This record gives sequence, structure tokens and C-alpha cells, in this order.
Amino acid sequence: MSIALERLTYTYMPDSPFAATAVRDVSFTVQDGDFFALIGHTGSGKTTVAMHMNALLRPVSGRVLVDGQDIFEKGVDRRDVRRRVGMVFQYPEYQLFEESVKKDVMFGPKNLGLSQEECEQRAEEALYRVGLDAAQIGERSPFELSGGQMRRVAIAGVLAMRPGTLVLDEPAAGLDPAGRRDMLNLVRALHEEGTTIVMVSHSMEDVANYATHIAVLDHGTLAMEGTPREVFAQGKRLTEIGLDVPVAVQMADALRERGYTPPQGLCRMDELQAWLLAHLERRNGAE
Amino acid sequence: MEEKKQRAPLISVEHCSFAYEGAEAPAVRDVSLSLQQGEFLAVLGRNGSGKSTLAKLLNALYLPTEGRVLVNGMDTADEARLWDIRQCVGMVFQNPDNQIVATMVEEDVAFGLENMGVPTEEIRPRVQEALHAVGLEAFAQSAPHMLSGGQKQRVAVAGVLAMKPRVLVLDESTAMLDPMGRRDVFSTVRRLNREEGISVVWITHFMEEAAQADRVLAMQDGAIKMEGAPRVLFSQVERLREIGLDVPAAAALAHALRQAGVDIPEGILTPEEMVEAVCRLHWNA
Repeated sequence: MSIALERLTYTYMPDSPFAATAVRDVSFTVQDGDFFALIGHTGSGKTTVAMHMNALLRPVSGRVLVDGQDIFEKGVDRRDVRRRVGMVFQYPEYQLFEESVKKDVMFGPKNLGLSQEECEQRAEEALYRVGLDAAQIGERSPFELSGGQMRRVAIAGVLAMRPGTLVLDEPAAGLDPAGRRDMLNLVRALHEEGTTIVMVSHSMEDVANYATHIAVLDHGTLAMEGTPREVFAQGKRLTEIGLDVPVAVQMADALRERGYTPPQGLCRMDELQAWLLAHLERRNGAE
Repeated sequence: MEEKKQRAPLISVEHCSFAYEGAEAPAVRDVSLSLQQGEFLAVLGRNGSGKSTLAKLLNALYLPTEGRVLVNGMDTADEARLWDIRQCVGMVFQNPDNQIVATMVEEDVAFGLENMGVPTEEIRPRVQEALHAVGLEAFAQSAPHMLSGGQKQRVAVAGVLAMKPRVLVLDESTAMLDPMGRRDVFSTVRRLNREEGISVVWITHFMEEAAQADRVLAMQDGAIKMEGAPRVLFSQVERLREIGLDVPAAAALAHALRQAGVDIPEGILTPEEMVEAVCRLHWNA
């Protein structure tokens, strides 16, 4: 499933003294099967862009095409768009409300008018996909769970709609290192199962490790776009925007300045490690 | 170092346990630690490991169910000293939006002083001084909601600084900020520690921040499991990972290379140090 933004512009509170253009003339396409990362500062327009992808905001000008169709054209069922493009907000655990985990996950499917049986089946499947066991925690209150588990329940609620694309706004925010890794591995697993992923992030390390494609926003405009290799090859540009560069890129650049030649476009730690191991001498013949 | 050891610690936690009402297991169990004057102490641990509970024991927001906490010699269980204790140990929390109470930055910073009954003519200079200390004097008349997350957290830090505390406890105060906001708040607090000698307890999930502390504690299941200077602590990669923590990226790379037989020294924390160490090695063609 693809999502194309064409010259998207959005202004909050237009025609008022508080009018603020959050996104200006942004165009890019999320291709079917991408793990697409949207990066930028707070206030760069990431979340505003993401909210257009499932029709939560209507552009002031420009178009949003989902699988080639303009979702703001007359006669388009935008509820259907929201089912196909699932949105997981920041800190989604704050949106849990039902008395049991299962009921919470079933809320979306129920609104689709599906049968009780179908809803239950979808809830169990969605909980399984996020690594939770419906038999074990399905009847418990979501508020008795740990923060990381609550976040998984919230994601299951979106997955239960069986979206082809999942848009996640900072899914790992506030988690501890192990929780963070678990969450990102979960998103990667969903991607490998065939879901197109759009992830809003400000962690360059996460983006370098997981994304297949990156769009960098700066003050509401598209500053850079490409594969991680292409984007991180322009470390200077990122620094000018005030964004971090992945640690592997920083080290590769520093080594280049010292006359070494790590491959261009290297951006992950495991790549740097492999390259160093291939070139550094080891003690007493260690492999 | 010698001199530091001889002085009485600013905060001393003695065999403290704390259990929430109705909880099966205590959130903090038999924790002892001391915080020296001028020290920057980082506290690590997974969610639910007891870090925040420990923080709240430090300024009498919670009272230990066993053991005691002494702040500058005052027992936190001594109700008569409650306000002295809270004035001495100021806290900043995680969510910048939950800590702002006023509609103008300077009023927000003055809030604590007004509550303490500080005379009006004394409030203004103290607010100005606190805003200056966090680099926000230009925003004194701004509306807090127009500030960035990092700036809001610095307003929160200023509000605590205005009380002239000797210790700042920051409980994941950078967790909700973007990288720039995070650096901003961290470097502000690190500078206050170095220049003003304010002691800091810095609770975080970011290993790169902990690497810049004087000393690091790692908690698990309510107890302190590891403790030491960053270079010592972060060379114990396996143990840290066992308790769900990690090490800074450069330290992880150094560890992996060492495991593979490359002669990299222990104690590497930053990318610069890593590059330096690698350049000193023998390279194959």
C-alpha cells in the first residue's frame, strides 16, 4: 500500500492572528513495503504530516493519495481510509479506556460493525502479534499492566483493524533500553509480516538501524529524503539542521579525517564493527 | 577525594525500604547510599526498578517504611523539618507540561517562593537570578506554553533553583524531549553542578547522559545492583545487559571488538575515545 503526499501545506488556525503554517509544500511517497522514518525536531511538522496520512487533518493545499486515490476527494469514505492506515499516537497507552484488555482491543473492530465472534478473534490475533497472550491477560484491566505492556495493548487495538499501513508516532518514547529494543523489534516484525510502516522518530540510531527510507523535515519543509545511506552521507547537512548523526557515522567520519577509508554510506554500528574487524590486527591469532 | 570522604554526606539513605499500600513486594528494598556535597550521581534501572520511588524518598514525598533518610542531618520523618528538607532537595519531574502552573514564565518561577512566604522585594531578584542560571532571562515575560519542551524543563529547573536548594533531583526529566532539548537540559544542570556546586541526582534511561556523571547507580527490583564511576560501571557490559540496561554506543563497540580479540583498552565511553584507541592499533593492509 502506498501513500503519496503532493505539495502538502497545512496551517493551524488559518485566518486568525494565531495562524501558523506547520507544513509547507511537502512531497514524498511512502512505497508499499517501506519502513519509512519521518525525522526532525519538535515543531518540524512530523506529527502534522503523519496526521494527514489517515485523513485526521485536511490539507490547506496539496493532495494525499492512498494507493493512488485522493483521500479528500468527494465521495471517498475517510473512515475506510482510517481503517486501512492505522495511526498509533505518542504515548498511546493514555488512550486505553476499557475495563478489560480484550474489550479495549475489540473496540475498533466493533465500530466496524463486525460480529462479536469476529471481533474476539481479531483481538486475540492482534494481541498475539504484539507478543501478548489473550488467554493470560485478556480479561485483566489494562491499567494493571506495565507501561510497556499497555503500549502493546494500544498498538494491538490499531492492528485489530487490519491496516495495511501502520503510522507510529515515537513508539519507543519514554521506554527503558530493553523496552525500547523490544518495541522496535516488534515494529520490525510487523514490517516483516508485510505491514508498511511509517515511524516518526527523533532517534537517529533507531532510524539508522531499522528504516529503509527516511524523510527529514525542518521547519515544516522537506529538507532531505532517501535511503539511510543517502541521508546519513550528508552528515553536515543534518548537523546544520541541528539533528544528530548516528554514532557509527560520526566515528566513520572521524576515521576518514585520520586517513582511514571506511566505506561511504556506512551508517550502522554493526557495519562499522564488521569493517573494523576486517582491518584491525587481533591478538594471538584470534579469529 | 580524600576531603570529600571526610565530610558528612549531604544525603544519607540508610537501609531504606518502601512498599506501596497493598503492594505484594516493596518498591525499594534495603537501599543504602550517600550523596556527597557537589556530586553528580546518575541512577539507572528498568521501568519499575524503583528509581522514582527512591527519588521521592529523598525529599520526604515518601517516608521509608524501614530505615531512614537524612538530608543535611535532618531525618525526613521529622515533620517539623519538612519544609527545610524540601527547600534543600528540589525535584524536577518527567513531563514538562505537568509542572507549569502560571501563565508567565517569571510567575511560574516565583510560585514556590510565594508559597514559602518570601518577602516580595526578595522574590524578583531571586527569580531573575534563577532564570539567568538556566539561560532563560529573555523569556521572563513569555507564556510557558509557547516554549519548547526543553525550555519548559529549564523553567521547571529555575523554579526549583529559586528556592536555593543544595540538591537537585531530576526524575527522567529529559525522557519526553527531543535530542536538542535533552542536551539543553542536561548541559544546563551539569553546568549548575560544576559552577554552583549543586549536588545532582539524575535519573535517566540514556546511557550517554549517565556516562557524564561522577558516579552511577544501577537498580533492579528495588535494590542497588551495581555502582561505580562511569568508566568502571560501563565496562561491565554483560552484567548491565542482564539487568535490562545498556552501555553507551562507543563502549558497546569497544566491548565487541575486545571480545573478538582486538586489543582495545577498557573504559572507553565516547566516540572520540573510541576513534583515538582504534587509531593507535595495528591495521592490516
